[in-house]
Amino acid sequence: MSTAIMDLPEQEYIMPGTRTCAGCGLPIAYRYILKALGPKTIVTLPACCLTILHGIYPRTPIAINAVNNTFASTAASASGLAAGLRATGRSDYTVLAMAGDGGTFDMGIQALSGAAERETDFIYVCYDNEAYMNTGVQRSSATPSGAVTTTTPITPKEQPKKDFIQIMEAHHPRYLATTCSSYPGDLYNKFVRAREVRGTRFIHLAVPCPPGWGYATKDTIKIGRLAVEAGIVVLYEVDDGLFRLTGKSLNMARSGRKRSVDEYLKSQSRFKKMGEEGISAFQKQIDDRWDQLIRRAGF
Amino acid sequence: MQRGLRTRRGESRTCWPFSTMAADSSRKGRLIVGETLILTGNQAAALAAKLCRVQVIAAYPITPQSKIPEVLSEYVERKELQAEFVRVESEHSAMAVCISASLVGARVFTATAANGLAYMHEQLHWAAGARLPIVMPVTNRGVGAPWTILNDMQDSISQRDTGWMQFYCMNNQEVIDQVILAYQLAERLLVPIMVCFDGFRLSHTMMPVEVPEQHRVDSFLPPFASPYLLDPEHPVNINPVVMSDPLPDGDGTMCPSYMGFRFRLQETLENAFPVIADAGKQFGDVFGRSYEDCFYRYRAEDADFLFVTMGSLASEASEAVDLLREEGTRAGVVGLRVFRPFPARQLVEVLQKAKSVAVLEKAISYGYEGALATELKAALFTHNGHHQPAVCNFILGLGGKDVKPQDLLEAARDTLQSSRDGLRQTKPRWYGCGI
Repeated sequence: MSTAIMDLPEQEYIMPGTRTCAGCGLPIAYRYILKALGPKTIVTLPACCLTILHGIYPRTPIAINAVNNTFASTAASASGLAAGLRATGRSDYTVLAMAGDGGTFDMGIQALSGAAERETDFIYVCYDNEAYMNTGVQRSSATPSGAVTTTTPITPKEQPKKDFIQIMEAHHPRYLATTCSSYPGDLYNKFVRAREVRGTRFIHLAVPCPPGWGYATKDTIKIGRLAVEAGIVVLYEVDDGLFRLTGKSLNMARSGRKRSVDEYLKSQSRFKKMGEEGISAFQKQIDDRWDQLIRRAGF
Repeated sequence: MQRGLRTRRGESRTCWPFSTMAADSSRKGRLIVGETLILTGNQAAALAAKLCRVQVIAAYPITPQSKIPEVLSEYVERKELQAEFVRVESEHSAMAVCISASLVGARVFTATAANGLAYMHEQLHWAAGARLPIVMPVTNRGVGAPWTILNDMQDSISQRDTGWMQFYCMNNQEVIDQVILAYQLAERLLVPIMVCFDGFRLSHTMMPVEVPEQHRVDSFLPPFASPYLLDPEHPVNINPVVMSDPLPDGDGTMCPSYMGFRFRLQETLENAFPVIADAGKQFGDVFGRSYEDCFYRYRAEDADFLFVTMGSLASEASEAVDLLREEGTRAGVVGLRVFRPFPARQLVEVLQKAKSVAVLEKAISYGYEGALATELKAALFTHNGHHQPAVCNFILGLGGKDVKPQDLLEAARDTLQSSRDGLRQTKPRWYGCGI
């Protein structure tokens, strides 16, 4: 069961003054991540949208310790924090590494693979907004097929999104989960669980992006929900090797009701060039993956 | 006490205690502390890290540095050294680990060479910009393409402008000493330091090394007290985006701009020489070998011809100097131990009496000349406009090319001839290309 909003801790670790774009999904999620992890957390982050969220020197709206690092080295930086804290007798800190899809699927994959293979004791969060948003919406390997970006401006991206979650599962982390900024209860639960476990924990966090995806800033929660309800984002966890669907996705599997991708695609201008053929191909990609996952969950 | 290093397979290595000190006249009247072992440069560097009680090690193997992480792995696995060893998947990550572990207050160590150092390039800027006291031996090796695993200094010279201090060693005694010295200096100045020594020529060559005793190292190098606080009550955002103009913090105090931070790093390096001299003198007081002087000098006092160089070439040049002296040339050697910060004023003082100077370099700034030659000439221009010796630049020993005494004698004769003819060398001469 997802934690009810009223039962979440009242303590806030994000103060007013973040510099994200209006309607950004990231601070919504980050708020609950920090509520779940608490003040004895140290976060490491590369150059990404989270850097912007953390504000400009000498002020920050974030009430936990943070270390900025280079783009390709978020997980290596986390390895250094974990080693340094252990070497100086402070293993009670939770080390959180957080990077976007560019810093994870693309440039950060080597360092993350290395850290996961070394069974580094940390939580890695990939907040996935499906393109290089911080530099102005350029294509990444997390961009879905059919999306227009500033580096696929005329011909939308032809290749499907990299199945990075499977790549991470192949590293056999102690805990792996997927979640979305539109479901704070599900997200909170997963970070509470991640905090309890030792070893490498990987969380894929889907965050809608109004300027990058092309929808009104008021619709961030709605778009995230549409993604989950259409099975584009599937909420699940693999806890010590045990797979299970969670939250809305579990309810959908039980009820057998899943939306078509139509409404999701039509609500965002990045998919404006997708024709009927593209839409049905996209639908098929999503259905295949959904079927695989619900079969794995025993449905 | 260190009784010799062991390989992973457990067989003894040739680094047994060495007991001929009493017969060595050059050591007479000098404080002898610690045992003398026969060590390679790599073993000396690893042993120095252990003596410095490093807390986090992150390293990726690369020829000719690989023995350093191997020896340290053994120390850690045998529990002779209490440290976290992070066996990273790349040099880029090695430095990332060092940066973050240093930020939370650990004394950190890594080592690399050549393309490994080049791969770290971005992180080198980050480490210096973040003012972290990281110490990193570099076993100097040529950089590809094409591949070479052999020695030159193109790797570290190419990292000249990253904000790191750079020390160069001429023998394995200097390797062990300069690593220890570097930790004290790095932690006093909050600047990372590369301790560079020639790949194979030092890294794989055994020499007698007087190993400092642990209790003396402990007195010379107190535990690292990080200036960064990690306190949940007072969280900080370390190395965030900094604007081009100063901005006020929450209390209204104006804080530095990006350029302000850059200037502070420059200021620290400019003002580092008294600190380097102080630490070098302290080192001499504790261990009997002073590093107060930025230079190794050999018969330089009355020399009117000088070789100026760095690393093990300084030893080789010393032999050439003896031959030149026999021929009646008053020759000498000046070897720079410190290349960054650049000891410009001190170097000009050393060159005061020289009529001609041969700058020997194992690196080149393509399209111009060796970096040391350029900097030496600029130093002469800045600090001594009247006395301008003839300066010739020689590029040699790239990619492991053997530097023969004849090469150095020829360089000397070339330089002396230019001086007599009043000619200025306009481009560096290359020795040993064999085209």
